[in-house]
Amino acid sequence: MAENTYLISLQGVEVSYPKNSHGHGGRNVIINNVRLNIRAGEFLSLVGPTGCGKSTLLRLILGAQCPTRGTVLVAGQPVTGVNRDCGIVFQKYSLFPHLKVLDNIAFGPLLEHTTILQRVLHTPTYRRLRRQYLEAAREYVERIGLNPGDGDKYPYELSGGMQQRVAIAQALMMRPKVLLMDEPFGALDHNTRIEMQMLILEQWQDDRMTIVFVTHDLEEACYVGTRVIGLSQYWSDDAGKPGVGAIIVTDLRTPGGHPKPTAMRSTAEFNALLERVRHEALDPENRQRLHHFNLTHQDALEPAPLSAAEVSQAEEETNA
Amino acid sequence: MKHFFRTDAQPSVATRCVLSTLLFALLIAGYLIGSYSRHLENPHDNVMPTLSQMLDGVKRSAFERDRNGDLRLWLDTFASACRFGMALGVIGLAIPLGVGMGLFPYVEALFYRFLVFFDKIPALSVLPILFIIFGLDELSKIALIIIGVFPTVALEAYLRAKTIPQEQIHKAHTLGASEHEIAYRIVLPQIFPKMLDTIRLNLKAAMLLLIAGESLAATVGLGYRIFVVRRYVAMDIIIPYVLWMTILLFLTDWCIQWVIRRRYAWLDK
Repeated sequence: MAENTYLISLQGVEVSYPKNSHGHGGRNVIINNVRLNIRAGEFLSLVGPTGCGKSTLLRLILGAQCPTRGTVLVAGQPVTGVNRDCGIVFQKYSLFPHLKVLDNIAFGPLLEHTTILQRVLHTPTYRRLRRQYLEAAREYVERIGLNPGDGDKYPYELSGGMQQRVAIAQALMMRPKVLLMDEPFGALDHNTRIEMQMLILEQWQDDRMTIVFVTHDLEEACYVGTRVIGLSQYWSDDAGKPGVGAIIVTDLRTPGGHPKPTAMRSTAEFNALLERVRHEALDPENRQRLHHFNLTHQDALEPAPLSAAEVSQAEEETNA
Repeated sequence: MKHFFRTDAQPSVATRCVLSTLLFALLIAGYLIGSYSRHLENPHDNVMPTLSQMLDGVKRSAFERDRNGDLRLWLDTFASACRFGMALGVIGLAIPLGVGMGLFPYVEALFYRFLVFFDKIPALSVLPILFIIFGLDELSKIALIIIGVFPTVALEAYLRAKTIPQEQIHKAHTLGASEHEIAYRIVLPQIFPKMLDTIRLNLKAAMLLLIAGESLAATVGLGYRIFVVRRYVAMDIIIPYVLWMTILLFLTDWCIQWVIRRRYAWLDK
């Protein structure tokens, strides 16, 4: 597959900050020259130890943050800001508290297809479109497992799980090229979490969309994802010297078909996979050497991390 | 009494009613006793008019025409309400300004420092300047209220707009919202009920400035009237006027609270 046919492409992406305010004395590297290609239709789970920059990586794809160096491409276009190409579901603050559920879901399409003049004047076209999108939103409400009556409630009247369902529907109404999810089920209890995993897998299957899913729950990551990426700041170069910043230390295809049967969770194969990824990607004590990385996915790229000196030098050259 | 200072105390409805009217009753009783004893000593005392004298004062101001054929109380109320309303109308513009400052760094850079400085001007001290620039008529009195309250409301709106989580702004962008749509569809509606609260709490400040302006230069108005009749120690007019102003502000405050509770069920949830 040629490189430009990937839906998302991170090309030598680095995120770093000066260690002190005057910019001398080196840089704190968060993400070190990460290269990553994601093909359309992939359900990519991103795991890693606390503070490895999972959310930062997601924000780069979203366009909420610019890389210090390197380029992020979505559908072949460099990302320059947050736009409607990517949908997002956050763990918190996902919904607009002042809008009812249906208005939350219909918010995007309604803005997109009406002008400010139509909205202010409440023209017949606006009213017709509004009816139409609220109707579509109502269908979505049922599709994501809420009661039809819930559409007229405010978000605070719904449980956390129900709110996240609405947030997913709100994002999907825009039919985004990519759906980004930042710990979307992190605040939910175990059973609700399992239900939500089933829900998102159903939506993924129905719409054949591309999902990038950040989570700290390894079991969740391996269960929902077709591809699991481990991002870690705990690694060392081939000489055994600790590296700076997070790089991709694990990149593999999850076994068991997609979506996986629920019974998959209790198989020995699945649990062996969890153990392995936990050791390789999540254990701060285990600084793997570069050539030991488990990068078996077909789209995996060779890591090319820079040393701390190289990062500082590159920055100086940019400034010069 | 052993339950008096308990955080989990549950006074009955009757007790609550008695307690919440108690201080009002004491105040009124104290006044009436004072007024009665003064009138025993001097039947022509006008410092603490009796209830009937005050009712007579109300009757004269509200229901009997004066030399010019005007019903004074209503004329004064109308004049003050017009000034008050116009000032509040302009102060309302502070809300979109504050939202703009909270959302757009360029607007913030332009206005923030200036408004913080402006906010610190003791409004009354610029009254002479206003009289000199705008003359003694309506404009200077309205300008005084605006100078006193506008920066406070704008800064409050700015702080409120800043508390809208960045996640919501990002979400709105992914839903295709433009910058101005984020301002007036996401941020403004969310902070609006809280701004109603801010305006509610600033009603007193606005009224204070109005009375100050009216007391110095006006021909009609609630503040003007109490300062005019002060010369004749007409407490039978002053006290009802003070009560009237208090009641008007209290009712306005109460209406705004009612609207907030009624229309913004989602607030603070």
